[in-house]
Amino acid sequence: MPEIRNYTLNFGPQHPSAHGVLRLVLELDGETIVRADPHIGLLHRGTEKLAEFKPYNQSIGYMDRLDYVSMMANEHAYVMAIEKMLGLEVPERAQYIRVMFDEITRILNHLMWLGAHALDIGAMTVFLYAFREREDLMDCYEAVSGARMHATYYRPGGVYRDLPDTMAKYSESKWHSGKKLDKLNETREGSLLDFIEAFTERFPGYVDEYETLLTDNRIWKQRTVDIGIVSPERALQLGFTGPMLRGSGIAWDLRKKQPYEVYDRMDFDIPVGKTGDTYDRYLVRVAEMRESNKIIKQCVKWLKANPGPVMSDNHKVCPPSREDAKSNMEALIHHFKLFTEGYTVPAGEVYSAVEHPKGEFGIYMVSDGANKPFRLKVRAPGFPHLAALEEMTKGHMIADVVSIIGTQDIVFGEIDR
Amino acid sequence: MKQSVLELQKRVQDALGNRMVSAKVALDELTVELKPSAAIEALTIVRDQLGFELLVDLCGVDYLSYGQANWETMRAPNTGFSRGVFDFAEDEQSDEAVMMPRRFAVVYHLLSIKHNLRLRVKVYPESTQMPIVDSVIPVWNSANWFEREAFDLYGILFKGHPDLRRILTDYGFVGHPLRKDFPLTGHVEMRYDAEKGRVVYEPVSIENRVNVPRVIRQDASAEA
Repeated sequence: MPEIRNYTLNFGPQHPSAHGVLRLVLELDGETIVRADPHIGLLHRGTEKLAEFKPYNQSIGYMDRLDYVSMMANEHAYVMAIEKMLGLEVPERAQYIRVMFDEITRILNHLMWLGAHALDIGAMTVFLYAFREREDLMDCYEAVSGARMHATYYRPGGVYRDLPDTMAKYSESKWHSGKKLDKLNETREGSLLDFIEAFTERFPGYVDEYETLLTDNRIWKQRTVDIGIVSPERALQLGFTGPMLRGSGIAWDLRKKQPYEVYDRMDFDIPVGKTGDTYDRYLVRVAEMRESNKIIKQCVKWLKANPGPVMSDNHKVCPPSREDAKSNMEALIHHFKLFTEGYTVPAGEVYSAVEHPKGEFGIYMVSDGANKPFRLKVRAPGFPHLAALEEMTKGHMIADVVSIIGTQDIVFGEIDR
Repeated sequence: MKQSVLELQKRVQDALGNRMVSAKVALDELTVELKPSAAIEALTIVRDQLGFELLVDLCGVDYLSYGQANWETMRAPNTGFSRGVFDFAEDEQSDEAVMMPRRFAVVYHLLSIKHNLRLRVKVYPESTQMPIVDSVIPVWNSANWFEREAFDLYGILFKGHPDLRRILTDYGFVGHPLRKDFPLTGHVEMRYDAEKGRVVYEPVSIENRVNVPRVIRQDASAEA
């Protein structure tokens, strides 16, 4: 009789459905997973160590690069930690802008997730649809910060600048001209807020399109229903947060339970799953996109009616305006000190968390009173999720590994840090 | 928020008794320090009696050089740009690292979904040479990778951990990179050697430098 041995398979790090640089060592019994050992760290850049060597403001840009599909949500946790330590007040308008961009970020992230997840399972069209909308949202990023992804828009004390009055337009080219060009620029005539408002009007229709493609699709259901079931008790034990926890039926959302900024004034619901399988988590995230859309609408309405400052006027932390720096001695000194030395933060420690699209994104910061953080720990939501991969895949078929990696919404920027 | 944190402080004190060293509230957050010998027992109580069912985060902290500035701000400097330059070579050779009591800390961030509360727990391992604490995997399964990470980055050992391997750094990496005596540039650099046809490791060729010195202000502006 021939000897029967388990087969060990190396999955990634260069694999299209490895979502970046996941190296997964799988032990297979036939096609069934016996053991799954994720090897991470291939994208480790030492963000935490780098931050210890830089003044506080210079690390905001690193935060974008952690979870590089939900950039501003990362910045948010970081600037909130600094604000908490300094006791800095953020103007109301800046809080609304932050909430609005957090939700735009959530939609951006969920679209990326939806497209990639569907692509992994074999539905290509959703990916193309999702990127059509991502394009519009990244234009919003570009309009406020000048960068389509790594915005560095949130600053301690507010946001970098107010929302622009005009929106960039497509210009005449080989590809766009005449009526087609007018159609592209139709919603870009007014301010950024008009553009976002127009987006929120058409977005629910787009979500319907994705749902038409997937929700009742037989193949989609065969690949996701009852795959990677996590019970609520296990989800807590494994440290799940965000949609992964809500998919298992626990209605926990920091935006509702520990509201930060102006989330307590927003009207929205928390979608919750029932069985805790991949399909439920899909439904939760799609429903979240609709809820985010509702929040953005409310923010746009408020922002249109209430102009005001978007940055705190505490010039020990927030730079004075350019104009002031050129005419006012004190403002010039503030400007100089801020950009050479930064500001010092009182000694202590703080943990600030936001409801990131992937779960709870936390920043634990220890200050010893210097102008650089003494210790910065990034609590990435994907880290415990990926740690649970072995438990979720055990006993499933090898093809289901791809569904489960997809449902975890893994991004290596934040896991490897 | 404040009131609930004070109530929690009282409840934690009652439940843990002499297993803990202190329970302080700062910035509306409760920090409890536990005795290393009773940590696992105390954390089980925290989970079962106080309802902290979710371990949000576990990380190490290295308190070497805490509160030390690169640049004394009280005296007027008498040299040019070099006043901001910090001598890393000299710093690494100092024996302070070995002598410092309770240099490392393991920090647990806990969340109670039931009561909507957060709690920070700190345990200082007694030895600096071989910092060791009990693994909390039996209490919270999510600790597994977090403990591997703390071991990798700080060299803190977790007693009872089933699989304490490195997690974030390279295969065959030497040292614990987030320790304060580990230089930012690292010790080795890597490149592809076309002649040998493989990747080779060499001592770093770049120098550590400080563009913005570490400053601690004692004056009023720090309060702002």
